[in-house]
Amino acid sequence: MKEYILNLLEKNKRIDNRKLDEFRKIEIQKDFIQRAEGSARVKFGNTDVIVGVKLEINEPFPDTPDSGILRTDAEFTPIASENFFPGPPNENAIELARIVDRGIRESETIDLEKLCLEKGEKVWGVCIDIRIINHDGNLIDASALAALIALTTTKIPKIKDDEIIREEYSGKLPLKHKPITISIGKIGDKFIIDPCLQEENLLDSILTVSVREDGKICAMQKRKNSLKVEEINKIIDLAVNKSKELRKLI
Amino acid sequence: MMKTDEKLIINGKRLDGRKPMDIREIEMKVGVIPNANGSAYVRFGKTTAFAAVYGPRELIPKHLQEPDKAILRCYYNMAPFSVSDRKRPGPDRRAVEISKVTKLAIEPALFLEEFPETTIDVYIDIIQADGSTRVTGINAASLALADAGIPMRDLIVALSGGKIDDTLIIDLCGKEDNYSEADIPIAFLPNTKEITLLQMDGRITPQEVKDTIRNILKAGEQVYKKQKEALKNRYK
Amino acid sequence: MTEKVREIVLPGEVIGNTKTEKSGHGTFIRDQNIISKFLGIPKRVKDYISVIPLSGVYTPKRHDKIIGIVISVEKSGWIIDINSPWKGFLSLSEGVRDFIDIRKVSLKRFFDVGDIIYTEIVDVRNGDIQLSMKSPSSRKLEDGVLVKITPSKVPRVIGKEGSMINSIKEKTKTIIRVGQNGVIWLTGQDIEKAIDAIKMIDEKSHIFGLTDKINIFLSDLNDENR
Repeated sequence: MKEYILNLLEKNKRIDNRKLDEFRKIEIQKDFIQRAEGSARVKFGNTDVIVGVKLEINEPFPDTPDSGILRTDAEFTPIASENFFPGPPNENAIELARIVDRGIRESETIDLEKLCLEKGEKVWGVCIDIRIINHDGNLIDASALAALIALTTTKIPKIKDDEIIREEYSGKLPLKHKPITISIGKIGDKFIIDPCLQEENLLDSILTVSVREDGKICAMQKRKNSLKVEEINKIIDLAVNKSKELRKLI
Repeated sequence: MMKTDEKLIINGKRLDGRKPMDIREIEMKVGVIPNANGSAYVRFGKTTAFAAVYGPRELIPKHLQEPDKAILRCYYNMAPFSVSDRKRPGPDRRAVEISKVTKLAIEPALFLEEFPETTIDVYIDIIQADGSTRVTGINAASLALADAGIPMRDLIVALSGGKIDDTLIIDLCGKEDNYSEADIPIAFLPNTKEITLLQMDGRITPQEVKDTIRNILKAGEQVYKKQKEALKNRYK
Repeated sequence: MTEKVREIVLPGEVIGNTKTEKSGHGTFIRDQNIISKFLGIPKRVKDYISVIPLSGVYTPKRHDKIIGIVISVEKSGWIIDINSPWKGFLSLSEGVRDFIDIRKVSLKRFFDVGDIIYTEIVDVRNGDIQLSMKSPSSRKLEDGVLVKITPSKVPRVIGKEGSMINSIKEKTKTIIRVGQNGVIWLTGQDIEKAIDAIKMIDEKSHIFGLTDKINIFLSDLNDENR
């Protein structure tokens, strides 16, 4: 199988007839979990991810007393793959959560300043929970997109007498920016977008880049093996270019 | 049980407009997780569950294997965003107990002896909780097992029943579950009416318990019908 | 698109009774009823009722010819992935014809990790699946691509006396070996189209007129190739 995929790549072809820089079919579902303040489901081909956003009242961090809090968690649920088992997140799940978090945090997606309830005492905490439903590669890009879309649907609950009134809202979560996260894989001298699981297992290296709508790069993560400088430069340009396609879907 | 002054039944209608013996809107879809051997999505009103079956497959570590049959492992888990106040990821004590009783609910339906030294893993994931999550999960597991081609004696039908405001009801939603005088989740094999899951919490008379069980078995026919439809629709 | 679907039965469904019929594969008896164990297609041959499951893992059977992948090389043989919940074992004596001095020759020379073999199951005993390369059709399969389908659908892919698989081979100019365990090996010219045809059978085995559909799909290819 490995040789078959590599042979196809030599001819700039992929096993599912895609071009090297082509995404799989993308399906999006928004705001369908009423219990969550925001939600989205994103499919890239067979990769299927659900993200739910919950808001809680937290104590702010001491060095940012009037700023809301953001946290991102990911669960590689056992339903999603024969290789996922019950238990605490392993290094891949934690890495995914931190990469998605970085993209959102560094790009200043959420206007955290507007989430202060009582300076030094109470702020809104935004919890992004990523749940993998089916793993067919490129979990990071699908999760990041689902997280962003979930944030765009997120509403702020009403508060009455210091208590949160769930499923009654006072407004939308204030967003300042919209980062798009794209991972580009390298096999030999070919660069591919949106690798499916079989392709992912054969990649020499993969670089994930988060791009903001104004073109600024907000986060990067290289996984697997080394990259040369020219390759990195090429990937950055490719990511910035391709991010426009995903951006249209938000 | 929480107490409330709010009436849960007004003029014979429940909070969501249902009559006491009405089941919520049911949606069932089979074959929704490509990686799994079998899978299903089941929704009762707002309560939503995925189930995936992996197996029969090799069981590691080997010392857990049984020489004459497959072992069945069940794992029930809830998404942090499935409930009103975010739930920390990972199974709590309630989830561990539900995993155990779910396994008992399902096991009698399976021909485990056909797969010695293997494991059949059933995973249930609750995406949104609005009461009766464990029975929703068991219905999803039933479909996922059939979808996986596991030989079964019967499908497994599950439904909850109980009592609110002095009235016996079927299929408790979240609020009813919180304020009920009794909540009885049941799973059964529809062709022999064998009961494979039975739990209860509340304060009701023995006659009310028996009546509720009877009500659930009767209303369960509708759930059975939906399961059969969903399986046939998989191959339309 | 509405396609006419064959009769589908469900686990627990009564499909016959013991007074007039016999319980075949995929069914069991309770009281006097013959009941389906599977979500599958009922098959009635003479007075036997059986059910062919529409999904499910491969259960190894003696004499089945299967395609496996070498997972590890042991001292006395090889462990083989046979696409089933149990692994297969190819012993040295069943794997190699000649006398081998294992002190001088490494087993890897014959079969190494990753090698694909077309082999036969000679014994099945509680999770211990013994394979043999001694039958004339057994061999190592070099290069080529592997595709997995639902094992219960293998007879459909092969067709009556090989009619279906031969048709696919001819029209796509490929060499194809079909393992009873649902693993299929292909090599040749139009591999992608052959794989598409095989996947179509896997997905639509429950529909009437599948043979015609496949033939149409394959002839369209030939027209393209002209």
